[in-house]
Amino acid sequence: MFKEMVINSVKEMDDFAKKVGKTVFPGYLLCLEGDLGAGKTTFTKFLGASMGITDMINSPTFTIMKIYEGTLDLNHMDVYRLSGIGMDYDLEEYVYGDGVCVIEWYKNIIESLPEEKLVIEIKIIDEFKRLLKIEGFGKYEEIVKKISN
Amino acid sequence: MIILSVESSCDETSVSIIRDGINVLSNIVLSQIDIHKAYGGVVPEIASREHIKGITMVFEKALNIANIKKDEIDLVAVTKGPGLIGSLLIGVNAAKAFAFSNDIDIVGVHHIAGHIYANALTKDLVFPLICLVVSGGHTELILMKEHFDFRKLGETMDDAVGEAYDKVARTVGLGYPGGPLVDELAFTGEPNYKMPDISLGKTYNFSFSGIKSHVINLVHNIKQRNEEINIPDLCASFQETVSEVLVTKSIRAIEEYDAKMFMIAGGVAANKGLRKKIDERINNVEVIVPEFKYCTDNAAMIGVAGYYQYLKTKKTDNMRLNGSSRIDLV
Repeated sequence: MFKEMVINSVKEMDDFAKKVGKTVFPGYLLCLEGDLGAGKTTFTKFLGASMGITDMINSPTFTIMKIYEGTLDLNHMDVYRLSGIGMDYDLEEYVYGDGVCVIEWYKNIIESLPEEKLVIEIKIIDEFKRLLKIEGFGKYEEIVKKISN
Repeated sequence: MIILSVESSCDETSVSIIRDGINVLSNIVLSQIDIHKAYGGVVPEIASREHIKGITMVFEKALNIANIKKDEIDLVAVTKGPGLIGSLLIGVNAAKAFAFSNDIDIVGVHHIAGHIYANALTKDLVFPLICLVVSGGHTELILMKEHFDFRKLGETMDDAVGEAYDKVARTVGLGYPGGPLVDELAFTGEPNYKMPDISLGKTYNFSFSGIKSHVINLVHNIKQRNEEINIPDLCASFQETVSEVLVTKSIRAIEEYDAKMFMIAGGVAANKGLRKKIDERINNVEVIVPEFKYCTDNAAMIGVAGYYQYLKTKKTDNMRLNGSSRIDLV
């Protein structure tokens, strides 16, 4: 299942993240792709807020992963630096764990990720507008329908 | 009181022995930076493996240089987070094993408390004080009204300042770690490129993602026009805007809370552009910057923080102490 949608403002990104937030379950895997500045961290902030996380969600780049505890934990990863290295064992138990995993630059470790996942690519159209390319595999196919309406 | 302290939150394996929170008897730091350079940043799994390889040797060396016996040690202090989870666990487990086998109490210490307390090795702290914590993973303004009492006034809402430096460095093709290179080049250029306003108004929070995106777009546009980027000027422009917002918010906090002392902590505390601006702009309170060797990760600072934490709380941890990748200071 593949859908495209245009996001016109930060507010619309928030609304979209709220929809995604309604579909999460333990072990949820969401992969994000997009250039620096596309809004991957912004989206993750909104998603975390919709999951009831009140802590400041900021960039995980330096430590590669930040864990935010909540009803469901949010494991926010940025695997940009694992390019050419692949999956890190330290991360694996979280990817296959009970939290909600959001992975930025997931293509760097794609061989080690499960087949079933939700992939959202954020493309910059202009300063505020974004094109979202949403693709779901396995049980995530249904979720694409829910979040793209 | 003699404390043995351990730090392994990122890519430095370090053990220190320190008396009464001030006399550093030994501070051994085994850096992995040359190993991670090839990958453009710290690789967590490699870091964990290197910690395992080095930790026993670093323990032994710290004990030998301090020239003390194990039964003279009163307390073990160890970084419990934040940091790379695999790396933290090596230090925490080594510290627990050492404490357990020698029947010594143990305390888990917050890594940022360590960076803040690195300053206590330079000078006695005077309260209230404002501390600007700047590193690859942190950008926070902290108010302390007494020892081991932290209040977070503001923090970054997106990228940490050191991370923004590294990403700018990457964008213009400098090496890793990019921060010091940008800092160096900034001194050879002029701030001629227009940068966005990143002051965010009255809040003490910071945002560096906007200026990072701006630099990326700027470089992209210049390249598309087939023009040359003046890298020193770009570094100078970036550094000027970033250090300005850090210092301006610090001054506002100093005034609002009537601080008697101002200090900086963390790896970016070594940034010369930031130090210069602090020198120029902050004159009416005492300013402390940590010694260079205590700016980067080291166990001595964890020993100092552990000392004041224990004095204040009188609490120790037990063998259930665990590492955590993300814990709040306050």
